[in-house]
Amino acid sequence: MRWRLETMPAWARWMLYAAVGVLLLTIVQSISDTERLTQVSTSREMLRWAVPIFLAGLGGLFSERAGIVNIGLEGMLILGMWFGAWGSIEYGAWWGLLIGIAGGMIGGLLHAIATVTFQVDHIISGVAINILAPAITRYLSEEVWGSPTTSPQTAEVGKWDVPFLAGGTIFGWESPDWLLTVSQWEIWYVSDLAQLVRGLLRSTSWVSIIALLLVPFTVWLVWRTRFGLRLRICGEKPAAGESQGIDIIRYKYTAVIISGGLAGLGGAFISTELSGLFQGGNSAGRGFIGLAALIFGNWRPGGVLLGALLFGYVFGLDLKDLDGTASHAMLLVNAIMLTGVAAWAFSRRRVADTVLAVVLGVGALFWWIVADTVPSWWSNTLPYVIVLLVLVFFAQRLRMPAAIGQPYRKGEG
Amino acid sequence: MRKSALVIAAPVGAFVLTVLVSTLALLAFGSNPAEAYGDMLGHASKLETQVDILNRATPFYLSAVAAAIGFRMNLFNIGVEGQYLVAFLFAAQIGGLISLPQVLHILVIMVVAMVVGSLYAGLAGILKTARGVNEVISTIMLNSIAVGGLLAWLQQEWQAEQGETFTSTTLGTEPIDDSGLLPTINGLLELVTRDVGQGKELTGMLLLAIVVGILYHVLLNRTRFGFDLRASGINPFAARAGGVPPKRMVLAAMMLSGAVAGLIGMVELADRGKFPPDPIQGLGFQGIAVALLGRNNPGGMAFAALLFAFLDVSSGVLDSSGAASREIAVIMQGVVLLTAVVAYGVANRLRERDEAREAAEALLVERAAVPA
Repeated sequence: MRWRLETMPAWARWMLYAAVGVLLLTIVQSISDTERLTQVSTSREMLRWAVPIFLAGLGGLFSERAGIVNIGLEGMLILGMWFGAWGSIEYGAWWGLLIGIAGGMIGGLLHAIATVTFQVDHIISGVAINILAPAITRYLSEEVWGSPTTSPQTAEVGKWDVPFLAGGTIFGWESPDWLLTVSQWEIWYVSDLAQLVRGLLRSTSWVSIIALLLVPFTVWLVWRTRFGLRLRICGEKPAAGESQGIDIIRYKYTAVIISGGLAGLGGAFISTELSGLFQGGNSAGRGFIGLAALIFGNWRPGGVLLGALLFGYVFGLDLKDLDGTASHAMLLVNAIMLTGVAAWAFSRRRVADTVLAVVLGVGALFWWIVADTVPSWWSNTLPYVIVLLVLVFFAQRLRMPAAIGQPYRKGEG
Repeated sequence: MRKSALVIAAPVGAFVLTVLVSTLALLAFGSNPAEAYGDMLGHASKLETQVDILNRATPFYLSAVAAAIGFRMNLFNIGVEGQYLVAFLFAAQIGGLISLPQVLHILVIMVVAMVVGSLYAGLAGILKTARGVNEVISTIMLNSIAVGGLLAWLQQEWQAEQGETFTSTTLGTEPIDDSGLLPTINGLLELVTRDVGQGKELTGMLLLAIVVGILYHVLLNRTRFGFDLRASGINPFAARAGGVPPKRMVLAAMMLSGAVAGLIGMVELADRGKFPPDPIQGLGFQGIAVALLGRNNPGGMAFAALLFAFLDVSSGVLDSSGAASREIAVIMQGVVLLTAVVAYGVANRLRERDEAREAAEALLVERAAVPA
């Protein structure tokens, strides 16, 4: 029997993808004049960007697995941003997170009432929530803080260094920082990998750690419990579930409210952990990008995380890339990845995909050769372009829940 | 009888609920609702404010028609925002470069805007038809690309050459000659009112918006294309079986939507004579709200556009009167949208139920009349 990638356990496969990705970055970096691609700060920024995207995407997973399309995630994220900041200022950091979750859940509840009870089109309801949420936060900000768009400083829940790997302290004793040691050896690839991993483990927000733990938790909850099975039935064939006596409507409500709560946590993370204050417009479309991560991840938690990390990397790189050299190096990374996509498409005899990937890849390569840096507008745009490209090449081979977006009425299955 | 009652009950119910919610919101922060509403209505009763309201309602309406064209076939063009900004920039740049006789100059600018808008929207259409990319996500990403990338880049490239003394406030594209600017229609308005003061000018785009609304109505209800479009929205499989090419319809609807979106920026262009460094943003999203509130109906959207414009403009007085925060207007916009959407859903459901019952009764009568 031929060895296939699909036979590996999912976590090992993702580790492998990540290792190959870092290898690619290291290769590109060694022929570019930037060191930012594998710096500690890059992976730290990546994680900071990825967490809200991931939480929004995971929210989308709960809702869409139960058959409810949730475009309103952006609005729920914005509610989470505001309520998180408010709770954090009034009651302290942890309360801020909880209140932010509650704020997002209110958005989820509204969406559930509209879509499940009143059978409003899911996208229309989501769009309405996306328009309502910033309106609410503007009014509340103006009334509470005297400015429609900014709040005072918020409290944050604190950060953690992982002992041994990243030099955290245990009961006051400072453990060794092994990854720092490895990255100081300056071994090609190994030290780069160590730096990137260390960025994830050093001064990591507790919220990030919670978010990462949500991956195995969601896998267990949605694929290993009765609750999860029933939730998925709502998104695949609700009539079948109904015939088994499952209260579909209750499960749909639960799923959409959980969805809002997760987006709300993502929003609270943005205002309290990233910006240190509420700022209108700071969501930067991360709710929508979370949806793209959900599609990229094929409606699976690990895939959503991978998608969020990918988008987070591009955003995070842009943040630290003031002279444009790292974004310039990214052009080469893109060219190589597009070559890979072209080869993959060619092996499956998909002509249009192959041609498109080759054209885009050559374009990226050409630009990389003729320019030394790229302007800032391109680094601002790149993450969104990558989201689009990912969807262009992979949207068709994914499987979404079967009954997604369909109205459900009890007794009409 | 009951049918028409339902049509009216939904928006009225939404309106009542909105006033209720915003009154609670005002009371919660110690504002006097009666005073706030009174100030807003008082401000709106002035002719100059009404001109402002019409000027604001015009882009809202165009934006709503753009979104509605997609909505009618269940195609969600969330990208009106990006489309109009890109179209605005291109039209302003080209309009500033050329000089032509008046009518022709204006026409060229408008055509450029519509073509650019429809091409940018067409991109999302192609992504959907050729690659199966959901148009909601793609148009949202294209918005971000337009605002963060294209505008930032082209604005830099095309900013007017002002010598070494320019400041950031004078940036923008080369100003367009007067021959390229749509005239204002104060004269027309003053036929029925007193002279408009405070230098307020009613935009000529208002007339064009009305024309667009009529064309939208005719196109959807009186042409084959409109029928196909609506049929694709109601039941894409049936439409396809009926010989409507689904992919071509998606592309056509998307591009038509983008073409109308291209006109949104023309209101500001006629007012400021160039693509300013700080163009008004958010009109695309407001337009979606107006389209949903007006149920994609040309008259309903006109009403909704006026309502949104009224809230936007008349709430400005609250800054000086101090009766409440002017942000109450956005609350009202958001709440009226959500409640209306739900109310329409309820009304739809009741109507369907009525129709099913009527059909069942008619069937019974028929069976009774024809002996087996």
